[in-house]
Amino acid sequence: MSYIAILLTFIFINNFIFSQFLGMCPFIGVSKNSENAIGMGASVTFVTTVASVITWAIYYFLLVPFKLEYLQTVTFILVIASLVQLLEMVIQKISPALYKALGIYLPLITTNCAVLGIAIINITNGYNVMEAFTGGLAAGLGFTLAIVLMSNIRERLDLHPVRRAFRGVPIAFISASLMSLAFMAFDKSLLTNLHLV
Amino acid sequence: MSKMKELSKGLFKDNPIFVLMLGLCPVLGVSTQVSNAIGMSAGVMFVLLFSNMIISALRKFIPASIHIPAYIVVIASLVSFIQMVMHAFVPAVYASLGVYLPLIVVNCIILGRAEAFASKNTVVDSILDAIGMSVGFALGLTLLATIRELFGSGTITLFPMGSFSGVINIPWFYDNPIRVFSLAPGALLIMGLLKAFFDWNSSRKKDR
Repeated sequence: MSYIAILLTFIFINNFIFSQFLGMCPFIGVSKNSENAIGMGASVTFVTTVASVITWAIYYFLLVPFKLEYLQTVTFILVIASLVQLLEMVIQKISPALYKALGIYLPLITTNCAVLGIAIINITNGYNVMEAFTGGLAAGLGFTLAIVLMSNIRERLDLHPVRRAFRGVPIAFISASLMSLAFMAFDKSLLTNLHLV
Repeated sequence: MSKMKELSKGLFKDNPIFVLMLGLCPVLGVSTQVSNAIGMSAGVMFVLLFSNMIISALRKFIPASIHIPAYIVVIASLVSFIQMVMHAFVPAVYASLGVYLPLIVVNCIILGRAEAFASKNTVVDSILDAIGMSVGFALGLTLLATIRELFGSGTITLFPMGSFSGVINIPWFYDNPIRVFSLAPGALLIMGLLKAFFDWNSSRKKDR
């Protein structure tokens, strides 16, 4: 698959939120205003991209030669947890401004399904390192797109009369459902029509 | 009485899916078929039970500064174990759960219960808490899966046993399936409606 095909796949066709449901907790929890949503999206994109490359390298240079593939889950989650810690420290040192913007979201990312999800999907799909990098970037961008759209919708919803039982999370789910319906327009045939597969 | 309360709070009052809203990724992802929901619930139940048990037994030995990584290692080992068991004994369920099975590691319910309950309570209380929470999770997930499968394809898929193929066709629904319920939008829609129902129900109790 070409890199453009991978980008299209993870941003639109298999969008992590709207068709795979990975990263649902922050999607519902942090989408109340658009500023936070952009911060969360940027942090997730950063971490999925870096984590994809590092977990790929660990899988193929460490686990495969020693026949330890069954330790995949344990290794990946530990790598992601320490990576997030490390990134937090590095960003704090290098760019205090960026740290101020992203700092509060970073600890939440360790338990974000999207990060471990893309790491495992990269391996399952047998991507090479550049494809894994693209996959990680695209998954993060897809997540950002979804959470930013959602936060704008929720900001508008605050101004509208919604029945009490539906206020907050339920109406957010129903809006997400309608967006997901729209995203169904993107499917595998898009890649075929664009001659990418 | 208090022991009973630890057990029953997970069922309705603190239902992990509809009230606490924890662990939503696998819930939405695998609720396309009842059999997948049962497989996922069994996995979560096993991991939650043992992680609560191990963590509460070790709560005095785990240093506070590294407690989260320590919990993650315990949980990840249990998940790898259940992955291998499912791969060996129920390969069909293993294949259809796909990426969601290893993702039990980052399921918020398990780390959440470890942090909020098992790290502060005795082993017996933690076991009761784990049973209650995982039964609540299983009920919520199975409810969602039953609704989706019934409306989406008019069947209820269980496990094949003997001459029973494992698939029950529901007469009227089987001829008139609403396909969108089996797809991604249906999961989000039904989740929203069920959450609204639970919110309405709890606010009604409060008003009384």
